[in-house]
Amino acid sequence: MFAEFKRYARISIMVAMTGLVAACASNQTDPNAALGAAAPGSVAEFQSASVGDRVFFDTDSSEINAQGQAILDRQAQWLNRYPRYSFTLEGHADERGTREYNFALGARRAEAVKNYLIARGVGANRMRQISYGKERPVAVCDNISCWSQNRRVQTILSGAGS
Amino acid sequence: MQKPLRLFRPLGFIIGLIGLLMLPALLTDMARAQDRGCNAGTLCIDLNPSNFKPMPIAIVDFSGEAAQGAQVAGIIANNLQRSGVFEPLDRSRFPENNIAFDAAPNFAAWKNTSAQAILNGRVIREGGRLVVEYRLWEVATGKPILGQRHGVDVQSWRRLGHLSADAVFERLTGETGFFDTRIVFVDETGPKDKRRKRLAIIDQDGANFLALSSGDELLVTPRFSPRGDQVAFMAFGDGRPRVQVMTLGSGQRQVIGQEGVMSFAPRFAPGGGALAMSVESGGASSIVAVDLSSRSARPLTSGGAIDTSPSYSPDGSQIVFESDRGGGQQIYIMGADGSGARRISFGEGRYSTPVWSPKGDLIAFTKQRGGSFAIGVMKPDGSGERILTEGFHNEGPSWAPNGRYIVFFREAGAGAKLHMVDVNARVDVPIPTPSFASDPTWSPLRSTR
Repeated sequence: MFAEFKRYARISIMVAMTGLVAACASNQTDPNAALGAAAPGSVAEFQSASVGDRVFFDTDSSEINAQGQAILDRQAQWLNRYPRYSFTLEGHADERGTREYNFALGARRAEAVKNYLIARGVGANRMRQISYGKERPVAVCDNISCWSQNRRVQTILSGAGS
Repeated sequence: MQKPLRLFRPLGFIIGLIGLLMLPALLTDMARAQDRGCNAGTLCIDLNPSNFKPMPIAIVDFSGEAAQGAQVAGIIANNLQRSGVFEPLDRSRFPENNIAFDAAPNFAAWKNTSAQAILNGRVIREGGRLVVEYRLWEVATGKPILGQRHGVDVQSWRRLGHLSADAVFERLTGETGFFDTRIVFVDETGPKDKRRKRLAIIDQDGANFLALSSGDELLVTPRFSPRGDQVAFMAFGDGRPRVQVMTLGSGQRQVIGQEGVMSFAPRFAPGGGALAMSVESGGASSIVAVDLSSRSARPLTSGGAIDTSPSYSPDGSQIVFESDRGGGQQIYIMGADGSGARRISFGEGRYSTPVWSPKGDLIAFTKQRGGSFAIGVMKPDGSGERILTEGFHNEGPSWAPNGRYIVFFREAGAGAKLHMVDVNARVDVPIPTPSFASDPTWSPLRSTR
């Protein structure tokens, strides 16, 4: 499990850094827009702007906003098209909360995404959830735009054929 | 471990006699000291008045085992200084630098300094042990007001300083000491987006750092057991993170939380046979009490809210916790069986991480308002809220065993460090750690008294 986690972490940090550069350069809020075209059905495609592997949340909220819904609709479509993948929904919180509450908040966010994907026809047996609270920030630049990137649920693909 | 000083010889004998004759009065005085912190007619410090000033005190180098003698005196002085209750005199102002162990200070000379009390003593070897013996003198009367000895294994020699400082603190304040204690915390290294976290333990003054885990796994929120022999914490391992308990010394671990369910925010019940913690299900987090021998878990709260950070009252009859059932994070108290939950925090902002004082009189918490994070205290009925420190990020209070000091972590810039405040917000001192540090938990007193 831990080696697995490290692999995820590496991928997500890479993606996050790319996103961060884009966000800081153009002040856009969707870091998923940074990656270009990728092979259909690949992890890279899932992480690219054409799908998007993460949704963001308002402070202390687990409500999926319009932007998040659009991303999750694309995720659901993609996941339904490529049923060979299973995946983990990682719930995260920003550092502007207390540690224990943030574990619960991350779990609540992952649960919201899970329910949304299930409602879009993705099988519950393909997904599991884990909350990292504020333990795994992707952005560390100590301001509001950064913190907003850490309030997220990341869909981490695993299983066959990546 | 701790005995009244035997080597007091003629003087001690006389004092002993007087003491015996005065015993009833003495006991009354002690009871009063415990009530109010101070009493008339003997040298003492009342910690509560608003015009409080630290007491000037002289800690003279201890004789005997030369290296340890000076170091033990230094540990005592550092402890007393950090408490904010005492102001140890700089040794350059001492009229005499060596006072033989069985001699009295030259009070005429000391009266020209600000010192109200003088501590002298010695460190000697007794077989495989080191023993400290000391006397505390009142400058104004020239009388000894405390004489004691403590012995420890040679490798634990720093404890001689802590045990002595505790005895001085107790004699002069009427409050229990807190120096012979340790702090378990999360040691943090590496960049912020790739933190390596491991459990570690230090003495209360930052000495004797020892890592308790390897750093290959993420362990957070350690909490001491009431006897100080175990630590409960949340561990990310296989699958969802779960609560575990580690026995200090052996390092042996047991998993408490159920597999496949996130469990977190553990806190031992006063007897140590149970702990309360949060379990997550379907996005809701509820508090359960787990019997550590049968492992049976009893739900104490339910519903869709986030209920977490439970902490027992010292008598075990109630639990304080945080919940967002009313919208934002607020502090609630319920019976230890989950009955009669009622909200106690009503100020502006969000309240979290409540911890019941071991004295029972206060609840410490983290408070968020206007973009800042504060550490504060309130009475268990929610009244008398006081903020002890406020800034960019202060979080996670843990009480010293005497209920007068709080350790917490403060983040400023690159990472968090440990700090200590007292309940009157007179001191705010860093607790030295080798690198960044968070999630402190304060042990009970190590010795049984």
